[in-house]
Order: sequence, then structure tokens, then C-alpha cells
Amino acid sequence: MKVEQISIFIENKSGRLAEVTGILGETGINIRALSLADTSDFGILRLIVDDSKKALKVLREQRFTVSITDVIGIEVPDSPGGLTTILQILDQNNVNVEYMYAFAERSGNNAIIIFRFDNIDEAISALSSHGVKILPSERITSI
Amino acid sequence: MSLSINIWDRDAECLPREELRQLQLKNLKNTLSLVAAKVPCYQAKFKESGFQPGDLKSLADLSHLPFTTKDDLRVNYPYGMFAVPMRKVVRIHSSSGTTGKPTVVGYTKEDIRTWTELVARFMTAAGVTQEDIVHIAFGYGLFTGAFGLHYGSEAIGASVIPISGGNTDKQLMIMQDYRSSALVCTPSYGLTLADRMEKQGMDPRSLALRVGLFGAEPWSEQMRVELEQRLGIIATDNYGLSEIMGPGVAGECLYKQGMHLAEDHFLAEIIDPDTGAVLPEGSVGELVLTSLTKQAFPMIRYRTRDITRLDYKTCECGRTLARMEKTRGRTDDMLIIKGVNVFPTQIEEVLFQIEGCEPHYQLIVERENNMDSLEVQVEVNEHIFFDEMKQQRQFVVQAEKRLATVLGVSAKVKLVEPQTIKRHEGKAIRVIDRRNQ
Repeated sequence: MKVEQISIFIENKSGRLAEVTGILGETGINIRALSLADTSDFGILRLIVDDSKKALKVLREQRFTVSITDVIGIEVPDSPGGLTTILQILDQNNVNVEYMYAFAERSGNNAIIIFRFDNIDEAISALSSHGVKILPSERITSI
Repeated sequence: MSLSINIWDRDAECLPREELRQLQLKNLKNTLSLVAAKVPCYQAKFKESGFQPGDLKSLADLSHLPFTTKDDLRVNYPYGMFAVPMRKVVRIHSSSGTTGKPTVVGYTKEDIRTWTELVARFMTAAGVTQEDIVHIAFGYGLFTGAFGLHYGSEAIGASVIPISGGNTDKQLMIMQDYRSSALVCTPSYGLTLADRMEKQGMDPRSLALRVGLFGAEPWSEQMRVELEQRLGIIATDNYGLSEIMGPGVAGECLYKQGMHLAEDHFLAEIIDPDTGAVLPEGSVGELVLTSLTKQAFPMIRYRTRDITRLDYKTCECGRTLARMEKTRGRTDDMLIIKGVNVFPTQIEEVLFQIEGCEPHYQLIVERENNMDSLEVQVEVNEHIFFDEMKQQRQFVVQAEKRLATVLGVSAKVKLVEPQTIKRHEGKAIRVIDRRNQ
């Protein structure tokens, strides 16, 4: 259920993002989802790719500082209040969302949201017990 | 050029050099006997060198003794180098050390009297009289600068405004309203004051300000010209370090031909910093000082790490005391930022404490609007990289806080990508000082 997400430290200067995507592209790694958190000095680029092991290896070879984090992906109905239900479940179970980002599926009516929690296992059990469907890792890496 | 010259202690400051040497020898013997009896660190040094205080026949014999370094002070932290019991000590001061621990120095009542006299000497040499209102904008605290100038001014009979550092607008208001005539601060703060006056449309020539006594950081002749022109004052330099006494070790007279060194209280040698050999008169090298009259914290052959040259010719002002050139640099990697001593090793230690690993780092020192700024660039690695922005920011904030505490001066921490800090033959370049570019 857990999805491996790659985080990369990048300085906030022009061309750095393109360098990362360039390295991945040349190695034949496909980016599935992406989010960037930034400050004026630096940013943390988070990626979900089709081959995280390989991505980790090539980025480290290119001297990037990289880490792997477990996240989960949830399909959220594309209707008003869809996300609220999920957040309420998490809140009731005292699970904190560290960050999240959303993207749309290529075809279909649902949005997919990637969540990073302070306690991922508790989050999974809370969501599962309320019938929220957590997407299998392959579903996300092969979108 | 003829200037009106006041001399605070003519007997001492114009002593014929032969008599001065005799006085130095007598007091050096006393000092060596004192430390040999009271300070274990020096007892060990005598033992190591096989030289005993009784063996001293001439001033040159001093070279048989090993040097004292900041490292000795660190090992003997806090009071190990004191030569008197604490009940005789009336004051403690300290400055930053090469690593986490500061350097602690102490004064007896007599030491404070000597200090006061020596500061009164150079302040008088710089033209300060009892008519002056002395505006002391050095920070009052563990740093020796403010107290030293404070005592010297009072001894002269001048009126002291102990305004301390910071709050530039208030400084200007007081300077204007209280009619400050002598300014005491770091040269860079002097320029900050000039900038602020310009911004406020305040004409320095409408003030009572006439002299500036600048110290606690090295400054150039160009800076002197700028300070004199922009503030409409005479700007003089003075030198001191807390390990030796604080300000008062040396100071310029109005001829500005070097800083008169209080040789009746401190014996100066110039050495080759690499070999430790004493260099002939007139050579450029590292200044090594031995205290001759101090009681609480005597120093034998203390390596100041400052590079300079001494001129023994009698000055036009009539003083026979040797004149020390403006320091030309350091033999270690110490930086002086906003008047505070900063060692790269301190920064290394802080970073090590936070993450338990030794990250690559570089210090960038700049001067913007006459204020020094310190940026510590740290190469990110997997130990200090967090996937969450909150944690990553927290690392930066924590590092900045810890650095400010340890260094005594604020630093901005900037995370950079691995391998961005330039290396020279495999070794990272630790310091980039852009202040004099």
C-alpha cells in the first residue's frame, strides 16, 4: 500500500529542476507525480517515479542529496466534500498530515492525493477501517 | 607638522630606552618568579625548557621559554592560569575561544589601576582631555572594550556617556543633545553612524564630535580617511586583546605613525610564525607579548597571532615607546566580525553537535552598509536532509540559534547542494572574506 517517494534537496537557482528531470529522462525514468516545497534559498522536490530504486541510484551518482519516504495514495471522489471526509477520519484518529499533493488520473473521475503522515501505519488502519480505499503502489507508479 | 601634544605619563612614556630595558628586565624577573610559584601551566613550561626564572640574565634570554597559546588557555579553562587566589580577583572578562569554550581573564585591583592608566595614556595621546564628553558605543559586558575606555576616560576627567552598542537612532540623538565630543566604537560602527546621519540629513559638523577612538577590529588607512571626512573628526587606532589586558596595550598619538606600545608593562617580540624564531628589529612577523606587571593573569610569550612590525625610533610626539604598525593580518584563521572574534572551528563544532557529523561548510563574510554580515553555507547531506520542510527549516533555525550563542554574533545559515563549496587540493576553502574587496 505504501508508495516510495523520492525527495531531493535542490538549491533555489535557475535550471536545477530541469537538471533533475533531465537526469531522470535520460535514464528512462518516468515521473508520475511531483510536488515542490520551497523557501527563498532551497527547495525539497518530491517525486513518485516508475522506478524509485534506479532514480535514487542515478541521482546519488550525480551528487544530489536524496531520501526515500513512504507515502500513500488515496483516490478521492471528484465531488464536493470528497476530501473533507478523509481529513475528518484522520483528525478523529489523531493522525497528522505532514503534507499532501494532488493530481488527476489520466482518465477517470477521481483525483489522487498523495499523503505523508507522522504515523503512516495508524493512518492506513484508520482509513481502511472507514472504508477508504488506499491505492496499491503499482497503481500509482504506473499511472 | 607640529601638533599640540599632551602626554598622560611623561616619565613612563618618554623614558630613555636604556632605562626602559632595565625596568623591563626587573619586572620580567618578578613576573617569571610569580608564575613559577603560582601557575602549574608555567611550572610545566619551565620544566619542559630546563630554564628557570633565576637563569634570566637579559631580556633576550626570554626566548628560551616556550610560547603560551590560546590552546593553553583552553586547557586551563576557566581559572587555571590565574596567579592569585579568587579573593584577590575583582573582575572577570572573557572573549571567544578557538572552540566552544571562551577565554577567561581576571584582574586584581592593581591590575584594574594599571589598565585604567594605560587607557588614559592612549586616550590622551589621541587628544582626549577633561573637557571631552566621551560617547562609548562599545558593548558593555564580558568584552573588555567598553570598560577599558570607560575607566581611562574617568581617569582623565572626561565625562562618560556609557551608551553601549546598538540603537543607532538613539545614539545620534544623544550624540546631538548631550554634545558628545569623543566617539569610541568599532570603525565599522563609526561608518554606520555616518550613514545614518546622512540618511537623516544630520550634518556631522553641526555636532560637537571632534575625535574618534576606533578599535576592536582591524581597519585600513582608507577607512580612516573615510571616517575623518564623513564624521569631521580625527580618527585614531588602538590595540589590545583581553588575554593581555584589553584596550590599552597600544594606541596612536596624533602623528598617527603607529600605535605606542606600553612597553613598560608589556614586553614585545616579533617572531617568525612558522619557526618561532625571534626576528631582528624592524621585521614583519607575529607579535608575541609578555606581561611585566600583571598580577591576576600574567602572560608569558603569548602568541597574539597578529602580524605587525615595531618601530623603535622616538616619535615626533616625544614618546620613546615603540610604535606598532596597524595589524596586517592573522597567523591563524580567526575572523573579527562586528568586533567579535570568530574561529571557523567554533562553527565546525556547532554543526557537529547538531548532527553528529562533520558537514562541509564555508563562511562568507561581507560588509554591507558598513555592517559586517556572516553567512554560513552548509552542504546538505543525508544526515541533515529532511523530507519535511518543517524539519528542514527547524534545522536551519536551530543551527542559527546555536551559532549566535556560541559565537556571540548572528549568522545566517544557508543550505547548499553537495559539492558546491569550492575545494582546494581536496580541502574545502573555509573562509571567504569579501569585506576588503
